[in-house]
Amino acid sequence: MDTQLHTALKNKAREVRTHTLLSIGKLGVGHVGGSLSVTEVLTYLYFYEMEVHPEAPRHPDRDRLVLSKGHAGPALYSVLALKGFFPLSMLDTLNQGGTSLPSHCDRTRTPGIDMTTGSLGQGLSAAVGIALANRMDGRKNYVYAVIGDGESQEGQIWEAAMSAGHFGLSRLIAYTDYNKMQIDGTTKDIMNIDTLESKWLSFGWNVQRIDGHNFTEIADATARAKSQQCRPSMIILDTVKGKGCHLAEGKLSSHNMPLSEEEARESVRILEGEQING
Amino acid sequence: MAKDMRDIYTDTLMELAKSNDKICVLEADLMNATGTRPFKEAYPHRFFDVGVAEANMVGIASGLSTEGKIPFAATFGTFASRRVFDQFFLSANYARLNVKLVGTDPGITAQFNGGTHMPFEDIGMMRLIPDAVILEPSDCISLKELVKQAADHPGCVYLRLHRKGSQVLYPEAEQFEIGRGKVLRDGSDLTIAATGFVLVPEALKAAEQLEKEGISAAVLDMHTVKPLDHELLLKYAEKTRAVVTCENHQIAGGLGGAAAEVLAQHLPVPMEFIGVHGLFGQVGTLEYLMEAYGLHSDEICRKARTVIKRKEEKHR
Repeated sequence: MDTQLHTALKNKAREVRTHTLLSIGKLGVGHVGGSLSVTEVLTYLYFYEMEVHPEAPRHPDRDRLVLSKGHAGPALYSVLALKGFFPLSMLDTLNQGGTSLPSHCDRTRTPGIDMTTGSLGQGLSAAVGIALANRMDGRKNYVYAVIGDGESQEGQIWEAAMSAGHFGLSRLIAYTDYNKMQIDGTTKDIMNIDTLESKWLSFGWNVQRIDGHNFTEIADATARAKSQQCRPSMIILDTVKGKGCHLAEGKLSSHNMPLSEEEARESVRILEGEQING
Repeated sequence: MAKDMRDIYTDTLMELAKSNDKICVLEADLMNATGTRPFKEAYPHRFFDVGVAEANMVGIASGLSTEGKIPFAATFGTFASRRVFDQFFLSANYARLNVKLVGTDPGITAQFNGGTHMPFEDIGMMRLIPDAVILEPSDCISLKELVKQAADHPGCVYLRLHRKGSQVLYPEAEQFEIGRGKVLRDGSDLTIAATGFVLVPEALKAAEQLEKEGISAAVLDMHTVKPLDHELLLKYAEKTRAVVTCENHQIAGGLGGAAAEVLAQHLPVPMEFIGVHGLFGQVGTLEYLMEAYGLHSDEICRKARTVIKRKEEKHR
């Protein structure tokens, strides 16, 4: 990846974090941790990889994305707003009564959201159905899915994994946000999901494991995934929960945490300081 | 030999699929039970057997629906309700998609699969899902028409499918409409509102028996349990002032509960209920189970006499 693109994506990710934090700060509470750990992958997909049409969100030839860990909605909403699917000012309505931006992703409310998610484990099955439908229709687009590590404890994830492998859905590319934390503790302590690589391999997937905050690694892994001819791809992202927010980073308490407007602004100031300092 | 209900289901889907390339069929290792193998053979690219993974089946159906497909996904009624309730609720209904979920072997027709496989609660569960339509066709003619209407209906549908056996209660050209019950027999002393393959004929049999006793019973086929045909129910409640509901399901949450909600609010008349009174399923022949749960014409007649007596006491 050339330096210019890398810098542009890093700056975009900072903008996404900024809007995510400010929108959660406006309400005072939200899913900070898991939103910040998927910031890079969502930024990469929407600002570089995916064919999307903000002016026509349901364009038939677009690439699709299912955010199976639906509670990371705030990160995806910031990406979609920055991409032009809806005005940035809408981010201030996050989780307020009557909003188009509910806590968990809702395809009927938010322009650019391809599938309703929130009950963990269900999104990957929907992504399988979407990939099957697109293959039936002869489209050459890709279906992306982002699942959580805690979510990988749901049985339905493995039902979906088995079926995607069985159906040979090479245009389905999934990412696991492996931040190693869930609500009650670390995944290792609560319900160990290791080793993820061998699990996905044994279900018939092409598997890679990379640094989920490194754009070059995300780009290279995604390119390799797209070269698959008959297997779906899983890219395991080593991430840090709450990445980029001094109050949340690496903290178990960051899953759904209180965040005041002042704390959000302070966090954004620190992020901007990091930018200035290199 | 007459075709089984399941064959009518498959034939109708194949007929629809001819002119509508959006129709898809999903199974979870019960293709032979549901009888959809001919669909697989005719339309292999629109048929998906996901193996023993009902939750994934409903999730995949929801994904197909986001792309405009019209998926019909079938499994035994117990799995189509209890096992996949959250998937059908959220991925399909809450997401405002267009998934047709088919629960086979309703109630006591699960027979030799026994209590583990005997759905007495599927209608009740589905009634709690906003906007979901619940259909239970009583014969081959209504099944064919209601499957077609389910395909045309823009939204999720739960269809209770009696698999084996054949019966015809309507003329070939009879028209059906989702949400509009059918008057199978007019009457003036009481209304028997029934649903399904087992209880609608029992209701007709009961009406004949009652006629011999000088009691005139109207029989309604409530093939759509949700949205329930309030207009028809209230019209006959007004006319007869006594109602007996009949279903192969728990009364709580079922047709009985639904009818009682309507009548209690708009026209409280004496009611009696044929159905399962808070019991689990069990194994047995259909005849044994009809007797065990009181799902037969003699019991309907008994309830009819009771409800008429209560009506007369009320007006004394």
